[in-house]
Amino acid sequence: MMTVDTYDTLAEANRAMQDRSRFLGGGTLLMRAVNYGDQSFQRIVRVRDASMHEIRSEGGRILLGAGVTMSRIIASPDVAFLAPVARLIGGPAIRNMATVGGNLFADHPYGDMTVALLALNGRARMADGSEMDLEDLLNRRGSMRSIVSAVTVDRPTGDEFRFKKVSRTKPKGVALMSIAAWLPRPGGRLSGVRVAYGAMGPTPIRVRAVEQALEGGNLDASTVDAAARVAAEGLNLPDDALASAWYRREVAPVHLKRLLLGEGRR
Amino acid sequence: MAKKPISFTHNGRETAVFAESGSNLLDMLRRVVGDLSPKYGCGQGTCGSCTVLIDGEPHLSCLTLAETVEGRNVETTGGLQRGPDLHPLQKAFMEGFSAQCGYCTPGMLMAAKALLDRNPRPTREEVIEAISGNLCRCTGYEPIVDAIMAASGQVSGRVA
Repeated sequence: MMTVDTYDTLAEANRAMQDRSRFLGGGTLLMRAVNYGDQSFQRIVRVRDASMHEIRSEGGRILLGAGVTMSRIIASPDVAFLAPVARLIGGPAIRNMATVGGNLFADHPYGDMTVALLALNGRARMADGSEMDLEDLLNRRGSMRSIVSAVTVDRPTGDEFRFKKVSRTKPKGVALMSIAAWLPRPGGRLSGVRVAYGAMGPTPIRVRAVEQALEGGNLDASTVDAAARVAAEGLNLPDDALASAWYRREVAPVHLKRLLLGEGRR
Repeated sequence: MAKKPISFTHNGRETAVFAESGSNLLDMLRRVVGDLSPKYGCGQGTCGSCTVLIDGEPHLSCLTLAETVEGRNVETTGGLQRGPDLHPLQKAFMEGFSAQCGYCTPGMLMAAKALLDRNPRPTREEVIEAISGNLCRCTGYEPIVDAIMAASGQVSGRVA
């Protein structure tokens, strides 16, 4: 029998996360599991804490509450750099429901927002106040019981941040690959580059070979070619109904190059 | 199974029901309230046939935990008609032969209503975007888009 427990504060909800409990964000993942008879949990924990829905500046970074929806991101000028990412997630109804926090736990091939957050040096803030790098969270998310309260990211300027979602269906389609790149260029040279892929593994991942190829260079043809040559290096690419691993390996350099050169930018 | 009391506005009418704990809004509307207009399609957020408006915005009722609508305003296709008068979108769908099997129509209508309430004169691209979360396997979408375009301008904007 499924029970639902609703709490007023995040701290109370976090304490309530026991075995066989799942936390309800926007419902797009959890209710699907309920509808399909998932027996791995029997308790839904939800919270009414308004802090989960905040978007605010915090030092030089931006904090997005875990309960912020994709539609909120699109409507909020403070996170305009993430609006193009949010627009590519689902249709309008999904965007009214799907949350930043839920996106961190979306299985392959979903999780496009997480790809962007990963590239923007995202850190997850947990309900107990502790923080962890998004990469750590993605590695441990299968066994985590603690609730994510928010994500903080660096705020890119100009065209430093780029995102591309490759899908077969427009305007709404599942990614066969998504790419996010944060390309700071202090003094004209790329420095502190972060590049992340989605739908190219079990979770969104940083692509360190590409980052290293770009670091210290310019966004010119030779640097971009060097990055494209290692576009799929070290990755364990998935075969699925959308694309084979071979196809992903073949198209990754093409789409990476287009993104870096600003061709067909979305 | 334990039941929870839920009070909400359903198509303009104050409604109070007991729903099974953990049930989704679609089940509550169809089995408890008796509103059969929203349809169960995929149960996973792909098809959009269960689309309803919650506080004026489209949501997928099959993925909405029923008790989260406590105190909120839920609109379904069942509430579009005013007495004998069909909603302009319903008329346009009928006149434009925009339904074949008709299974997607309730979801399409609610997605379109959300758009026209917010933007009474949308472009064709905005219409396509508005129904991008709703699948139709009969019409090829063109008659649906045409009907929404035809209805645009006949629907009053939402009153804040």
